Amino acid sequence: MPKIIYVDINGARRECNVANGVSVMEGAIANGIAGILAICGGSCACSTCHTYIDPEWMDRVGAASDIEDSTLELAYDRKPNSRLSCQIEVTDKLDGLVVHVAQNDG
Amino acid sequence: MTGKAPIIVIGAGQSGQQICDSLRKGGYEGHLMLLGDEASLPYQRPPLSKKFLTGTLEAERLLLRPASYYEQQKIDVHLNARVDSIDRAACRLRLRSGEALAYSGLALATGTRIRPLTVPGAADANIHYVRSLADGERLAAALKNARRVAVIGGGFIGLEVAAIAREQGREVVLIEAFERLMARAVAPQVSAFYAELHRGHGVEVLLGTGVDAIRTVAGEHTVVTSTGAEYTVDLIVAGIGVVPNSELAEAAGLACRNGIVVDDCARTSDPLIVAAGDCTWHMNGFLQREIRLESVQNAVDQAKSAAASLLGQSSVYCQVPWFWSDQYDIKLQIAGIGMPHDQAVLRGDVSSGAFSVCYFRDGVLVGVDSLNKPAEHMAARKLLAQGTPLSAAQAGDTSVDLMQLARGA
Ligand SMILES: Cc1cc2nc3c(=O)[nH]c(=O)nc-3n(C[C@H](O)[C@H](O)[C@H](O)COP(=O)(O)OP(=O)(O)OC[C@H]3O[C@@H](n4cnc5c(N)ncnc54)[C@H](O)[C@@H]3O)c2cc1C
Ligand code: FES
Repeated sequence: MPKIIYVDINGARRECNVANGVSVMEGAIANGIAGILAICGGSCACSTCHTYIDPEWMDRVGAASDIEDSTLELAYDRKPNSRLSCQIEVTDKLDGLVVHVAQNDG
Repeated sequence: MTGKAPIIVIGAGQSGQQICDSLRKGGYEGHLMLLGDEASLPYQRPPLSKKFLTGTLEAERLLLRPASYYEQQKIDVHLNARVDSIDRAACRLRLRSGEALAYSGLALATGTRIRPLTVPGAADANIHYVRSLADGERLAAALKNARRVAVIGGGFIGLEVAAIAREQGREVVLIEAFERLMARAVAPQVSAFYAELHRGHGVEVLLGTGVDAIRTVAGEHTVVTSTGAEYTVDLIVAGIGVVPNSELAEAAGLACRNGIVVDDCARTSDPLIVAAGDCTWHMNGFLQREIRLESVQNAVDQAKSAAASLLGQSSVYCQVPWFWSDQYDIKLQIAGIGMPHDQAVLRGDVSSGAFSVCYFRDGVLVGVDSLNKPAEHMAARKLLAQGTPLSAAQAGDTSVDLMQLARGA
Protein backbone atom coordinates (compact mmCIF):
# COMPACT_ATOMS: atom_id res chain seq x y z
CA MET A 1 0.00 0.00 0.00
CA PRO A 2 1.41 3.42 -0.92
CA LYS A 3 2.40 5.72 1.93
CA ILE A 4 1.12 9.26 1.92
CA ILE A 5 2.72 11.80 4.21
CA TYR A 6 0.27 14.39 5.48
CA VAL A 7 1.52 17.58 7.11
CA ASP A 8 -1.36 19.27 8.89
CA ILE A 9 -1.88 22.98 9.53
CA ASN A 10 -0.01 22.75 12.80
CA GLY A 11 2.98 21.22 11.01
CA ALA A 12 2.35 17.75 12.43
CA ARG A 13 3.60 15.07 10.04
CA ARG A 14 1.87 11.68 9.70
CA GLU A 15 2.76 8.78 7.47
CA CYS A 16 -0.34 6.88 6.45
CA ASN A 17 -0.88 3.79 4.37
CA VAL A 18 -3.57 4.56 1.82
CA ALA A 19 -5.04 1.99 -0.54
CA ASN A 20 -4.59 2.27 -4.27
CA GLY A 21 -7.62 3.72 -5.98
CA VAL A 22 -8.92 5.91 -3.20
CA SER A 23 -8.27 9.63 -3.12
CA VAL A 24 -5.69 11.48 -1.08
CA MET A 25 -8.68 13.17 0.61
CA GLU A 26 -10.23 9.82 1.60
CA GLY A 27 -6.89 8.74 3.02
CA ALA A 28 -6.82 11.89 5.12
CA ILE A 29 -10.36 11.43 6.43
CA ALA A 30 -9.77 7.75 7.26
CA ASN A 31 -6.67 8.73 9.20
CA GLY A 32 -8.19 11.70 10.99
CA ILE A 33 -5.87 14.29 9.47
CA ALA A 34 -6.88 17.64 10.97
CA GLY A 35 -8.02 20.32 8.57
CA ILE A 36 -9.35 18.20 5.71
CA LEU A 37 -13.12 18.76 5.84
CA ALA A 38 -14.29 17.48 2.45
CA ILE A 39 -17.88 18.49 2.92
CA CYS A 40 -18.95 17.64 -0.64
CA GLY A 41 -17.52 14.16 -0.25
CA GLY A 42 -15.16 14.41 -3.19
CA SER A 43 -17.54 15.88 -5.76
CA CYS A 44 -15.13 18.70 -6.52
CA ALA A 45 -17.69 21.24 -5.35
CA CYS A 46 -16.47 22.66 -2.06
CA SER A 47 -12.66 23.07 -2.02
CA THR A 48 -12.52 22.14 1.69
CA CYS A 49 -10.04 19.37 0.92
CA HIS A 50 -7.43 21.88 -0.31
CA THR A 51 -3.80 20.83 0.01
CA TYR A 52 -0.40 22.02 -1.17
CA ILE A 53 1.68 19.43 -2.96
CA ASP A 54 5.28 19.22 -1.89
CA PRO A 55 7.23 20.87 -4.76
CA GLU A 56 9.27 17.72 -5.38
CA TRP A 57 6.09 15.84 -6.15
CA MET A 58 4.42 18.32 -8.48
CA ASP A 59 5.46 16.52 -11.67
CA ARG A 60 4.29 13.12 -10.56
CA VAL A 61 0.96 14.39 -9.23
CA GLY A 62 0.22 16.27 -12.41
CA ALA A 63 -2.03 19.20 -13.16
CA ALA A 64 -5.57 19.90 -12.02
CA SER A 65 -8.44 19.30 -14.44
CA ASP A 66 -10.60 22.21 -15.60
CA ILE A 67 -13.26 21.57 -13.01
CA GLU A 68 -10.74 21.26 -10.22
CA ASP A 69 -8.98 24.39 -11.40
CA SER A 70 -12.32 26.23 -11.17
CA THR A 71 -13.17 24.85 -7.76
CA LEU A 72 -9.76 25.91 -6.50
CA GLU A 73 -10.92 29.48 -7.09
CA LEU A 74 -12.95 29.09 -3.91
CA ALA A 75 -9.97 27.92 -1.89
CA TYR A 76 -8.37 30.22 0.60
CA ASP A 77 -4.76 31.17 -0.25
CA ARG A 78 -4.41 29.30 -3.50
CA LYS A 79 -0.81 28.74 -4.59
CA PRO A 80 0.82 27.27 -7.70
CA ASN A 81 1.09 23.91 -5.92
CA SER A 82 -2.54 23.91 -4.73
CA ARG A 83 -4.54 20.76 -5.41
CA LEU A 84 -7.86 19.45 -4.18
CA SER A 85 -6.95 16.21 -2.47
CA CYS A 86 -10.23 14.56 -3.49
CA GLN A 87 -9.10 14.77 -7.10
CA ILE A 88 -5.80 12.94 -6.61
CA GLU A 89 -6.07 9.17 -6.86
CA VAL A 90 -3.56 7.21 -4.85
CA THR A 91 -1.37 4.87 -6.94
CA ASP A 92 1.97 3.19 -6.42
CA LYS A 93 3.51 6.03 -8.37
CA LEU A 94 2.60 8.35 -5.50
CA ASP A 95 4.21 6.21 -2.80
CA GLY A 96 5.90 8.68 -0.43
CA LEU A 97 3.88 11.72 -1.59
CA VAL A 98 4.05 14.66 0.80
CA VAL A 99 0.98 16.92 0.98
CA HIS A 100 0.49 19.93 3.22
CA VAL A 101 -3.03 20.62 4.44
CA ALA A 102 -4.23 24.14 3.63
CA GLN A 103 -6.44 26.37 5.77
CA ASN A 104 -9.88 24.91 5.14
CA ASP A 105 -11.78 26.16 8.17
CA GLY A 106 -13.65 29.40 8.29
CA MET B 1 -24.54 25.49 29.30
CA THR B 2 -21.98 23.85 31.55
CA GLY B 3 -24.45 21.68 33.45
CA LYS B 4 -23.84 17.99 33.78
CA ALA B 5 -26.43 16.96 31.22
CA PRO B 6 -25.05 16.49 27.72
CA ILE B 7 -25.73 18.47 24.61
CA ILE B 8 -27.74 16.06 22.51
CA VAL B 9 -27.93 16.10 18.73
CA ILE B 10 -30.87 14.23 17.24
CA GLY B 11 -30.26 12.90 13.73
CA ALA B 12 -26.94 11.34 12.73
CA GLY B 13 -26.80 12.74 9.22
CA GLN B 14 -24.74 15.37 7.45
CA SER B 15 -26.02 18.19 9.59
CA GLY B 16 -25.89 16.30 12.90
CA GLN B 17 -22.27 15.30 12.30
CA GLN B 18 -21.36 18.89 11.43
CA ILE B 19 -23.06 20.24 14.55
CA CYS B 20 -20.98 17.86 16.69
CA ASP B 21 -17.81 18.81 14.83
CA SER B 22 -18.48 22.53 15.17
CA LEU B 23 -19.32 22.18 18.87
CA ARG B 24 -15.93 20.57 19.50
CA LYS B 25 -14.11 23.10 17.32
CA GLY B 26 -16.00 25.83 19.14
CA GLY B 27 -14.55 24.66 22.42
CA TYR B 28 -17.37 22.62 23.91
CA GLU B 29 -15.68 19.99 26.05
CA GLY B 30 -18.69 18.57 27.85
CA HIS B 31 -20.61 15.39 27.18
CA LEU B 32 -21.86 15.30 23.60
CA MET B 33 -24.35 12.74 22.32
CA LEU B 34 -25.35 12.05 18.74
CA LEU B 35 -28.53 9.98 18.36
CA GLY B 36 -29.56 8.53 15.04
CA ASP B 37 -32.25 6.06 14.08
CA GLU B 38 -30.34 4.55 11.18
CA ALA B 39 -27.87 1.69 11.53
CA SER B 40 -24.92 3.56 10.00
CA LEU B 41 -22.62 6.31 11.18
CA PRO B 42 -23.34 9.57 9.30
CA TYR B 43 -22.77 9.16 5.57
CA GLN B 44 -23.07 11.09 2.34
CA ARG B 45 -26.40 10.78 0.60
CA PRO B 46 -25.57 12.39 -2.79
CA PRO B 47 -23.76 9.32 -4.21
CA LEU B 48 -26.81 7.14 -3.46
CA SER B 49 -28.52 8.27 -6.65
CA LYS B 50 -25.24 8.52 -8.52
CA LYS B 51 -22.08 6.42 -8.45
CA PHE B 52 -23.15 4.20 -5.57
CA LEU B 53 -25.83 2.61 -7.78
CA THR B 54 -23.17 1.26 -10.14
CA GLY B 55 -21.94 -0.98 -7.34
CA THR B 56 -18.36 0.29 -7.64
CA LEU B 57 -18.33 2.33 -4.45
CA GLU B 58 -18.32 0.46 -1.15
CA ALA B 59 -20.68 1.69 1.57
CA GLU B 60 -17.72 2.35 3.82
CA ARG B 61 -16.50 5.05 1.46
CA LEU B 62 -19.72 6.98 2.01
CA LEU B 63 -19.02 7.56 5.69
CA LEU B 64 -18.46 11.23 6.47
CA ARG B 65 -15.95 10.23 9.16
CA PRO B 66 -14.58 6.87 10.29
CA ALA B 67 -15.55 5.38 13.65
CA SER B 68 -12.22 6.47 15.13
CA TYR B 69 -13.16 10.13 14.62
CA TYR B 70 -16.10 9.86 17.01
CA GLU B 71 -13.87 8.24 19.61
CA GLN B 72 -11.19 10.89 19.28
CA GLN B 73 -13.72 13.70 19.43
CA LYS B 74 -15.50 12.03 22.34
CA ILE B 75 -18.80 12.06 20.52
CA ASP B 76 -21.06 9.53 22.16
CA VAL B 77 -22.87 8.09 19.13
CA HIS B 78 -25.96 5.95 19.52
CA LEU B 79 -27.20 4.30 16.34
CA ASN B 80 -30.57 2.60 15.89
CA ALA B 81 -31.74 5.07 18.53
CA ARG B 82 -34.96 6.82 17.68
CA VAL B 83 -36.13 9.76 19.73
CA ASP B 84 -39.87 9.57 20.28
CA SER B 85 -40.58 12.67 22.32
CA ILE B 86 -39.10 15.76 23.88
CA ASP B 87 -40.27 17.16 27.21
CA ARG B 88 -39.06 20.75 27.03
CA ALA B 89 -40.22 21.69 30.51
CA ALA B 90 -38.12 18.92 32.04
CA CYS B 91 -35.28 19.18 29.44
CA ARG B 92 -35.58 15.48 28.73
CA LEU B 93 -36.17 13.32 25.75
CA ARG B 94 -37.39 9.81 25.42
CA LEU B 95 -36.04 7.14 23.11
CA ARG B 96 -38.09 4.45 21.43
CA SER B 97 -36.32 1.98 23.72
CA GLY B 98 -38.00 3.73 26.64
CA GLU B 99 -34.79 5.27 27.91
CA ALA B 100 -35.03 8.91 29.05
CA LEU B 101 -32.13 11.33 28.62
CA ALA B 102 -31.65 14.78 30.11
CA TYR B 103 -30.09 17.49 27.97
CA SER B 104 -28.51 20.85 28.62
CA GLY B 105 -28.81 21.82 24.97
CA LEU B 106 -30.55 20.14 22.05
CA ALA B 107 -30.03 20.19 18.31
CA LEU B 108 -32.60 18.83 15.88
CA ALA B 109 -31.08 17.58 12.64
CA THR B 110 -33.76 15.11 11.67
CA GLY B 111 -33.68 15.67 7.90
CA THR B 112 -36.52 14.58 5.66
CA ARG B 113 -38.15 11.35 4.61
CA ILE B 114 -39.45 10.30 1.24
CA ARG B 115 -42.94 11.08 0.15
CA PRO B 116 -44.45 7.74 -0.82
CA LEU B 117 -46.45 7.22 -3.95
CA THR B 118 -50.05 6.57 -2.96
CA VAL B 119 -51.82 5.69 -6.22
CA PRO B 120 -53.89 2.50 -6.26
CA GLY B 121 -51.64 -0.52 -6.34
CA ALA B 122 -48.56 1.37 -5.14
CA ALA B 123 -48.38 -0.54 -1.88
CA ASP B 124 -48.02 -3.87 -3.69
CA ALA B 125 -45.51 -2.72 -6.30
CA ASN B 126 -42.31 -2.97 -4.24
CA ILE B 127 -41.49 0.62 -5.19
CA HIS B 128 -37.94 1.78 -4.62
CA TYR B 129 -37.12 5.19 -3.18
CA VAL B 130 -33.71 6.70 -2.55
CA ARG B 131 -33.14 8.37 0.77
CA SER B 132 -31.07 6.07 2.95
CA LEU B 133 -28.06 3.86 2.52
CA ALA B 134 -30.38 0.88 2.98
CA ASP B 135 -32.51 2.20 0.08
CA GLY B 136 -29.40 2.65 -2.06
CA GLU B 137 -28.16 -0.85 -1.38
CA ARG B 138 -31.54 -2.34 -2.17
CA LEU B 139 -31.85 -0.36 -5.41
CA ALA B 140 -28.29 -1.10 -6.56
CA ALA B 141 -29.00 -4.83 -6.16
CA ALA B 142 -32.38 -4.62 -7.90
CA LEU B 143 -30.97 -2.63 -10.84
CA LYS B 144 -28.52 -5.41 -11.60
CA ASN B 145 -31.31 -7.82 -12.41
CA ALA B 146 -33.80 -5.41 -13.92
CA ARG B 147 -34.54 -5.18 -17.61
CA ARG B 148 -37.15 -2.45 -17.74
CA VAL B 149 -37.32 0.34 -15.22
CA ALA B 150 -39.97 2.99 -14.65
CA VAL B 151 -38.78 6.12 -12.90
CA ILE B 152 -41.61 8.19 -11.49
CA GLY B 153 -40.64 11.83 -10.93
CA GLY B 154 -38.37 13.98 -13.07
CA GLY B 155 -36.53 15.80 -10.31
CA PHE B 156 -32.83 15.53 -9.58
CA ILE B 157 -32.96 12.14 -7.93
CA GLY B 158 -35.25 10.50 -10.48
CA LEU B 159 -33.15 11.82 -13.35
CA GLU B 160 -29.89 10.70 -11.78
CA VAL B 161 -31.30 7.22 -11.26
CA ALA B 162 -32.60 7.16 -14.84
CA ALA B 163 -29.15 8.09 -16.15
CA ILE B 164 -27.42 5.34 -14.18
CA ALA B 165 -30.03 2.78 -15.21
CA ARG B 166 -29.51 3.69 -18.88
CA GLU B 167 -25.75 3.55 -18.52
CA GLN B 168 -26.22 0.03 -17.22
CA GLY B 169 -28.23 -0.84 -20.28
CA ARG B 170 -31.69 -0.97 -18.74
CA GLU B 171 -34.72 0.21 -20.68
CA VAL B 172 -36.05 3.28 -18.90
CA VAL B 173 -39.30 5.17 -19.00
CA LEU B 174 -39.38 8.38 -16.98
CA ILE B 175 -42.76 9.79 -15.98
CA GLU B 176 -43.07 13.40 -14.85
CA ALA B 177 -46.33 15.07 -13.92
CA PHE B 178 -45.18 18.60 -14.73
CA GLU B 179 -44.72 19.77 -18.29
CA ARG B 180 -40.97 19.91 -17.78
CA LEU B 181 -38.14 18.33 -15.80
CA MET B 182 -36.77 19.73 -12.52
CA ALA B 183 -39.49 22.36 -12.79
CA ARG B 184 -39.14 23.60 -9.24
CA ALA B 185 -35.43 24.32 -9.60
CA VAL B 186 -34.41 25.35 -13.10
CA ALA B 187 -35.52 27.44 -16.07
CA PRO B 188 -37.38 25.96 -19.04
CA GLN B 189 -34.24 26.05 -21.24
CA VAL B 190 -32.45 23.84 -18.78
CA SER B 191 -35.42 21.48 -18.46
CA ALA B 192 -35.62 21.19 -22.23
CA PHE B 193 -31.91 20.46 -22.48
CA TYR B 194 -32.23 17.62 -19.99
CA ALA B 195 -35.30 16.14 -21.67
CA GLU B 196 -33.29 15.97 -24.91
CA LEU B 197 -30.24 14.63 -23.09
CA HIS B 198 -32.19 11.75 -21.61
CA ARG B 199 -34.04 11.05 -24.84
CA GLY B 200 -30.72 11.05 -26.66
CA HIS B 201 -29.57 8.35 -24.27
CA GLY B 202 -32.65 6.30 -25.01
CA VAL B 203 -34.89 7.17 -22.07
CA GLU B 204 -38.57 7.46 -22.92
CA VAL B 205 -39.40 10.77 -21.25
CA LEU B 206 -43.09 11.42 -20.61
CA LEU B 207 -43.92 14.97 -19.54
CA GLY B 208 -47.20 16.29 -18.19
CA THR B 209 -48.06 12.70 -17.39
CA GLY B 210 -49.28 11.39 -14.07
CA VAL B 211 -49.46 7.87 -12.75
CA ASP B 212 -53.03 6.69 -12.14
CA ALA B 213 -52.43 3.16 -10.91
CA ILE B 214 -50.01 0.29 -10.78
CA ARG B 215 -50.94 -3.36 -11.27
CA THR B 216 -48.59 -6.04 -10.05
CA VAL B 217 -48.82 -9.57 -11.35
CA ALA B 218 -46.14 -12.20 -10.76
CA GLY B 219 -43.39 -9.66 -10.06
CA GLU B 220 -44.20 -7.56 -13.11
CA HIS B 221 -45.58 -4.10 -12.59
CA THR B 222 -47.79 -2.30 -15.06
CA VAL B 223 -47.79 1.45 -14.62
CA VAL B 224 -50.96 3.05 -15.91
CA THR B 225 -50.44 6.71 -16.80
CA SER B 226 -52.94 9.56 -16.82
CA THR B 227 -52.96 9.41 -20.62
CA GLY B 228 -54.13 5.80 -20.43
CA ALA B 229 -50.84 4.33 -21.62
CA GLU B 230 -49.46 1.25 -19.87
CA TYR B 231 -45.82 0.39 -19.22
CA THR B 232 -44.88 -3.01 -17.92
CA VAL B 233 -41.60 -3.02 -16.04
CA ASP B 234 -39.79 -5.13 -13.49
CA LEU B 235 -38.59 -2.26 -11.33
CA ILE B 236 -40.18 1.02 -10.23
CA VAL B 237 -38.23 3.86 -8.67
CA ALA B 238 -40.07 6.91 -7.40
CA GLY B 239 -38.54 10.28 -6.58
CA ILE B 240 -41.50 12.54 -5.93
CA GLY B 241 -40.17 14.63 -3.10
CA VAL B 242 -39.68 14.53 0.62
CA VAL B 243 -41.36 15.69 3.80
CA PRO B 244 -39.45 17.30 6.65
CA ASN B 245 -39.16 15.29 9.86
CA SER B 246 -40.66 17.96 12.06
CA GLU B 247 -43.30 15.97 13.98
CA LEU B 248 -40.99 15.50 16.96
CA ALA B 249 -40.51 19.25 17.26
CA GLU B 250 -44.15 19.97 16.62
CA ALA B 251 -45.29 17.57 19.34
CA ALA B 252 -42.93 19.36 21.70
CA GLY B 253 -44.71 22.62 20.95
CA LEU B 254 -42.09 24.18 18.67
CA ALA B 255 -43.35 26.17 15.72
CA CYS B 256 -43.32 24.20 12.46
CA ARG B 257 -44.23 25.37 8.98
CA ASN B 258 -43.02 23.06 6.21
CA GLY B 259 -40.20 22.29 8.62
CA ILE B 260 -38.98 23.35 12.03
CA VAL B 261 -39.07 27.13 12.22
CA VAL B 262 -35.71 28.70 13.11
CA ASP B 263 -34.23 32.17 12.88
CA ASP B 264 -31.12 33.17 10.95
CA CYS B 265 -28.94 31.74 13.73
CA ALA B 266 -30.68 28.32 13.57
CA ARG B 267 -32.50 28.97 16.89
CA THR B 268 -35.98 27.70 17.61
CA SER B 269 -38.22 29.64 19.98
CA ASP B 270 -36.78 27.56 22.85
CA PRO B 271 -33.41 29.01 23.90
CA LEU B 272 -32.02 25.53 24.57
CA ILE B 273 -32.99 24.11 21.18
CA VAL B 274 -31.54 24.70 17.71
CA ALA B 275 -32.26 22.96 14.41
CA ALA B 276 -30.35 22.62 11.14
CA GLY B 277 -30.38 20.98 7.75
CA ASP B 278 -33.17 19.64 5.55
CA CYS B 279 -35.67 19.72 8.43
CA THR B 280 -35.68 23.50 8.94
CA TRP B 281 -37.92 26.23 7.66
CA HIS B 282 -35.37 28.93 8.23
CA MET B 283 -34.68 32.58 7.84
CA ASN B 284 -31.86 32.54 5.32
CA GLY B 285 -29.46 35.39 5.93
CA PHE B 286 -28.18 35.34 2.39
CA LEU B 287 -31.55 35.13 0.65
CA GLN B 288 -33.23 37.40 3.20
CA ARG B 289 -36.33 35.26 3.21
CA GLU B 290 -37.66 32.11 4.81
CA ILE B 291 -37.06 28.89 2.96
CA ARG B 292 -36.42 25.18 3.34
CA LEU B 293 -33.39 23.88 1.47
CA GLU B 294 -32.31 20.33 0.79
CA SER B 295 -28.60 20.37 0.14
CA VAL B 296 -25.24 19.50 1.57
CA GLN B 297 -24.32 23.19 1.64
CA ASN B 298 -27.34 24.03 3.75
CA ALA B 299 -26.86 21.04 6.05
CA VAL B 300 -23.25 22.00 6.74
CA ASP B 301 -23.39 25.79 6.87
CA GLN B 302 -26.55 25.97 8.93
CA ALA B 303 -25.11 23.39 11.32
CA LYS B 304 -22.21 25.75 12.02
CA SER B 305 -24.64 28.49 13.04
CA ALA B 306 -26.61 26.02 15.13
CA ALA B 307 -23.50 24.95 17.02
CA ALA B 308 -22.51 28.57 17.63
CA SER B 309 -25.96 29.31 19.00
CA LEU B 310 -25.71 26.38 21.41
CA LEU B 311 -22.44 27.86 22.63
CA GLY B 312 -24.12 31.17 23.28
CA GLN B 313 -22.60 32.94 20.30
CA SER B 314 -24.52 34.28 17.38
CA SER B 315 -23.32 33.45 13.93
CA VAL B 316 -25.80 34.39 11.23
CA TYR B 317 -26.34 31.75 8.56
CA CYS B 318 -25.61 33.80 5.46
CA GLN B 319 -23.98 31.61 2.81
CA VAL B 320 -24.61 31.37 -0.91
CA PRO B 321 -26.61 28.21 -1.60
CA TRP B 322 -25.03 25.73 -3.99
CA PHE B 323 -25.96 22.33 -5.32
CA TRP B 324 -24.95 19.88 -8.00
CA SER B 325 -26.40 17.02 -10.02
CA ASP B 326 -24.56 14.48 -12.17
CA GLN B 327 -26.37 12.97 -15.14
CA TYR B 328 -24.38 11.10 -17.82
CA ASP B 329 -21.37 13.27 -18.57
CA ILE B 330 -23.10 16.52 -17.68
CA LYS B 331 -22.42 18.17 -14.37
CA LEU B 332 -25.11 20.64 -13.40
CA GLN B 333 -23.98 23.13 -10.78
CA ILE B 334 -26.36 25.59 -9.21
CA ALA B 335 -25.31 28.76 -7.41
CA GLY B 336 -27.84 30.84 -5.47
CA ILE B 337 -31.57 30.21 -5.78
CA GLY B 338 -32.87 31.11 -9.21
CA MET B 339 -36.51 30.63 -8.24
CA PRO B 340 -38.51 32.79 -8.42
CA HIS B 341 -37.05 35.05 -11.09
CA ASP B 342 -38.39 37.48 -13.64
CA GLN B 343 -35.63 37.07 -16.21
CA ALA B 344 -33.51 34.10 -17.26
CA VAL B 345 -30.53 34.91 -19.47
CA LEU B 346 -28.80 32.23 -21.50
CA ARG B 347 -25.04 32.41 -21.51
CA GLY B 348 -23.35 30.37 -24.22
CA ASP B 349 -24.65 27.82 -26.67
CA VAL B 350 -27.11 25.16 -25.50
CA SER B 351 -26.21 22.82 -28.34
CA SER B 352 -22.59 22.70 -27.16
CA GLY B 353 -23.73 21.04 -23.94
CA ALA B 354 -21.76 23.58 -21.91
CA PHE B 355 -23.59 26.75 -20.95
CA SER B 356 -25.06 28.68 -18.06
CA VAL B 357 -28.40 30.31 -17.34
CA CYS B 358 -28.34 33.42 -15.16
CA TYR B 359 -31.46 34.31 -13.19
CA PHE B 360 -32.43 37.87 -12.30
CA ARG B 361 -35.09 39.28 -10.04
CA ASP B 362 -35.74 43.02 -10.20
CA GLY B 363 -32.53 43.35 -12.18
CA VAL B 364 -30.43 41.65 -9.53
CA LEU B 365 -28.60 38.35 -10.11
CA VAL B 366 -30.17 35.69 -7.85
CA GLY B 367 -28.88 32.42 -9.23
CA VAL B 368 -26.88 30.71 -11.96
CA ASP B 369 -27.20 27.18 -13.34
CA SER B 370 -24.05 25.98 -15.06
CA LEU B 371 -23.82 22.85 -17.19
CA ASN B 372 -20.26 21.65 -17.67
CA LYS B 373 -19.14 25.22 -16.98
CA PRO B 374 -17.41 24.87 -13.63
CA ALA B 375 -15.54 28.16 -13.95
CA GLU B 376 -18.81 30.05 -14.45
CA HIS B 377 -20.34 28.26 -11.48
CA MET B 378 -17.49 29.18 -9.19
CA ALA B 379 -17.47 32.75 -10.51
CA ALA B 380 -21.21 32.94 -9.84
CA ARG B 381 -20.73 31.82 -6.26
CA LYS B 382 -18.18 34.56 -5.79
CA LEU B 383 -20.29 37.22 -7.51
CA LEU B 384 -23.31 36.31 -5.40
CA ALA B 385 -21.32 36.20 -2.16
CA GLN B 386 -19.75 39.57 -2.81
CA GLY B 387 -22.87 41.13 -4.24
CA THR B 388 -20.86 42.21 -7.28
CA PRO B 389 -23.32 43.78 -9.72
CA LEU B 390 -23.86 41.94 -12.99
CA SER B 391 -26.23 43.18 -15.65
CA ALA B 392 -28.36 40.90 -17.78
CA ALA B 393 -26.43 42.14 -20.82
CA GLN B 394 -23.11 41.17 -19.25
CA ALA B 395 -24.54 37.82 -18.20
CA GLY B 396 -25.48 36.94 -21.76
CA ASP B 397 -22.19 38.13 -23.25
CA THR B 398 -19.63 35.33 -23.18
CA SER B 399 -16.84 37.81 -23.90
CA VAL B 400 -17.37 39.12 -20.37
CA ASP B 401 -15.19 36.94 -18.14
CA LEU B 402 -17.24 36.28 -15.01
CA MET B 403 -14.25 35.11 -13.00
CA GLN B 404 -12.34 38.29 -13.77
CA LEU B 405 -15.36 40.28 -12.73
CA ALA B 406 -15.58 38.27 -9.52
CA ARG B 407 -11.93 38.85 -8.79
CA GLY B 408 -12.51 42.54 -9.27
CA ALA B 409 -9.94 42.54 -12.07
C1 LIG C 1 -30.37 10.37 -3.21
C2 LIG C 1 -30.00 11.75 -2.76
C3 LIG C 1 -29.15 12.52 -3.57
C4 LIG C 1 -28.77 13.79 -3.15
N1 LIG C 1 -27.93 14.52 -3.96
C5 LIG C 1 -27.48 15.73 -3.54
C6 LIG C 1 -26.53 16.48 -4.30
O1 LIG C 1 -26.10 16.06 -5.37
N2 LIG C 1 -26.09 17.66 -3.80
C7 LIG C 1 -26.54 18.16 -2.61
O2 LIG C 1 -26.11 19.24 -2.20
N3 LIG C 1 -27.46 17.49 -1.88
C8 LIG C 1 -27.93 16.29 -2.31
N4 LIG C 1 -28.84 15.59 -1.56
C9 LIG C 1 -29.38 16.22 -0.34
C10 LIG C 1 -28.48 16.03 0.85
O3 LIG C 1 -28.04 14.71 0.95
C11 LIG C 1 -29.27 16.43 2.10
O4 LIG C 1 -29.59 17.78 1.96
C12 LIG C 1 -28.50 16.20 3.38
O5 LIG C 1 -28.23 14.85 3.57
C13 LIG C 1 -29.30 16.75 4.56
O6 LIG C 1 -28.66 16.46 5.76
P1 LIG C 1 -29.47 16.45 7.12
O7 LIG C 1 -28.48 16.10 8.18
O8 LIG C 1 -30.28 17.68 7.24
O9 LIG C 1 -30.51 15.27 6.97
P2 LIG C 1 -30.24 13.72 6.82
O10 LIG C 1 -28.94 13.47 6.14
O11 LIG C 1 -31.47 13.16 6.23
O12 LIG C 1 -30.09 13.19 8.32
C14 LIG C 1 -31.15 13.17 9.22
C15 LIG C 1 -31.02 11.91 10.05
O13 LIG C 1 -31.88 12.01 11.19
C16 LIG C 1 -32.49 10.76 11.41
N5 LIG C 1 -33.70 10.97 12.25
C17 LIG C 1 -34.86 11.57 11.90
N6 LIG C 1 -35.73 11.59 12.94
C18 LIG C 1 -35.09 10.99 13.97
C19 LIG C 1 -35.48 10.71 15.32
N7 LIG C 1 -36.67 11.05 15.80
N8 LIG C 1 -34.58 10.08 16.13
C20 LIG C 1 -33.35 9.72 15.66
N9 LIG C 1 -32.94 9.97 14.39
C21 LIG C 1 -33.81 10.60 13.57
C22 LIG C 1 -32.76 10.28 10.01
O14 LIG C 1 -33.01 8.91 9.93
C23 LIG C 1 -31.44 10.66 9.34
O15 LIG C 1 -30.48 9.66 9.52
C24 LIG C 1 -29.25 14.31 -1.94
C25 LIG C 1 -30.11 13.54 -1.14
C26 LIG C 1 -30.48 12.28 -1.54
C27 LIG C 1 -31.39 11.46 -0.67
S1 FES D 1 -14.11 17.24 -1.06
FE1 FES D 1 -15.18 18.92 -1.85
S2 FES D 1 -13.84 19.63 -3.38
FE2 FES D 1 -12.75 17.95 -2.55
